[in-house]
Amino acid sequence: MSVQEAQESAGSSPPSMRAMDTSLIQTKTTGLVHNIFTVENVDFFYGDARALKSINLGIAQKKATALIGPSGCGKTTLLRCLNRMNDLVLNTKVTGEIKLDGKNIYASSMDVINLRRRVGMIFQKWNPFPKSIYENIVYGLRIIGVNNRSYLDEVVEKNLRRAAIWDEVKDNLHKSAADLSGGQQQRLCIARALAVEPEVLLMDEPCSALDPISTAKIEELIHELKDTFTIVIVTHNMQQAARVSDYTAFFYLGELIEFGDTGKLFTAPEKRQTEDYITGRFG
Amino acid sequence: MEQSSQANFSKAVSRNKNRDKLFAVLGLLATFIGMLTLAALLGDLAMDGLARLKPHFFTSFPSRFPGQAGILSAWVGTTLVMTVTALTAVPMGIAAGVYLEEYAQKNWLTAIIEINIANLAGVPSIVYGLMALGLFVYQFGFGQSILSAGLTLALLILPIVIVATREAIRAVPASMREAAYALGATKWQTTSDHVLPYSLGGILTGVIIALSRAIGETAPLITIGALTFIAFLPDAPIKAEFPFISFEWLWSPFSVMPIQMFNWVSRPQHEFHLNAAATGLVLMVMTLVMNGIAIYCRYRFRKRIKW
Repeated sequence: MSVQEAQESAGSSPPSMRAMDTSLIQTKTTGLVHNIFTVENVDFFYGDARALKSINLGIAQKKATALIGPSGCGKTTLLRCLNRMNDLVLNTKVTGEIKLDGKNIYASSMDVINLRRRVGMIFQKWNPFPKSIYENIVYGLRIIGVNNRSYLDEVVEKNLRRAAIWDEVKDNLHKSAADLSGGQQQRLCIARALAVEPEVLLMDEPCSALDPISTAKIEELIHELKDTFTIVIVTHNMQQAARVSDYTAFFYLGELIEFGDTGKLFTAPEKRQTEDYITGRFG
Repeated sequence: MEQSSQANFSKAVSRNKNRDKLFAVLGLLATFIGMLTLAALLGDLAMDGLARLKPHFFTSFPSRFPGQAGILSAWVGTTLVMTVTALTAVPMGIAAGVYLEEYAQKNWLTAIIEINIANLAGVPSIVYGLMALGLFVYQFGFGQSILSAGLTLALLILPIVIVATREAIRAVPASMREAAYALGATKWQTTSDHVLPYSLGGILTGVIIALSRAIGETAPLITIGALTFIAFLPDAPIKAEFPFISFEWLWSPFSVMPIQMFNWVSRPQHEFHLNAAATGLVLMVMTLVMNGIAIYCRYRFRKRIKW
């Protein structure tokens, strides 16, 4: 545990250094940390197609968990189950239980609106509203009736700072979000999600359409954010998973093949398929 | 062997190029026939009617003397009927379109409703007139009034507004809805804060095109008993005394511009035909202006919204 803490306190080191750090540490902390999410025997169906097969997994609180695997392996499907975003897709079915702090989020007593406020989401393609930067950030508060101007001003500054974009946009808060660059728009979307003060942040390949510099900025951001938030990130980029996450889950054809400490999974995987994938033999 | 296949190849290329040119010429011809017809129509109406378009033509009632006759009661009637039509068809059409697109479950029932809305848009307008005669005029007892006429035309354009609303809503990217839902917005908040505002340009365009269809409708209004000669105006909607607003005009008999035109065309005297041409010109200009506004709206909203 102390090694993990030491690793977190070194939050300002560049991503490349971090990857080395993580790969050298081989602690078995999975059993010690508190799991905010527990996924139990989850199956997911698109019509008749079974996209997830008996998934069992715990998401550690205030850690970053990466979901990796080749296209179509079910990693994004699982991510979108965690805030029930898949409810919007027609003809889908979930069985099993996903518990957030011990409560099944698919139970009829679970309020989906409340769930989504606790579990925020960043999408693959940034999707700011065609409104001003300011209105994008405060939207999550306006919809629950918060309209106090000075309070909203504070929220905007705080969250733009948290998303490391304040200095770039502070003079243009009332300009359209669409005029920002792709990387800035994605960080704006992160700030917008943070403004709701969620406990968990789901990130669906947040850097897959970004250039390396913007990607580095967002990865750095993830390191800082996991002091406060639990992060679940889906990525195609294995270096990224190694750099930013504490735990990694490898999926293949709807099954969870291997799950564990990121350092261990990337240096000494237990399963043959994991090794083949991370060494680039397939996928 | 090789040379002859080379020759065949270049022959085939030049044949294809000729077909290309042939289509370009045919397409241009087809476009011109359409444009020329519109130009000829406008020109013909203008030659006959332009001389009659003096201020008193708009401020006079119809008359036995063609030189003194005007379209006052007709354009006031058209304006009031269109007001009733717009106030009923637009909210109903948008609500139905939003419901079908965002709320309704996708099952066989909504599939049937969808097909039938498309069918309704193709029903001949006189059929609407017959239905309105039975329903509004007699069953509901609205009589041969502006209210009956407005509601009839509202039903007529309702399918157009619904279809236009759905098309416009469908053009809003799914990522906008996801962004709102992920922040904990309800379906209604997502719809009213994002989907509707972002599709307003498209909806407005559809609404105006629907209204410009309604403005020229004659058959259903004749069916429900519009007058062809009327020398008084409906009760004024705004009053000097309390409560200042009156809805008496809804029950008033009426005429509209296409019916006034129809009436003048059917007279034997040539002078009345000139009046009809002038009325047609006014109608054409009104329709073109409305379509112009629709194009402007679409352009403005497209420019303002980027994703």
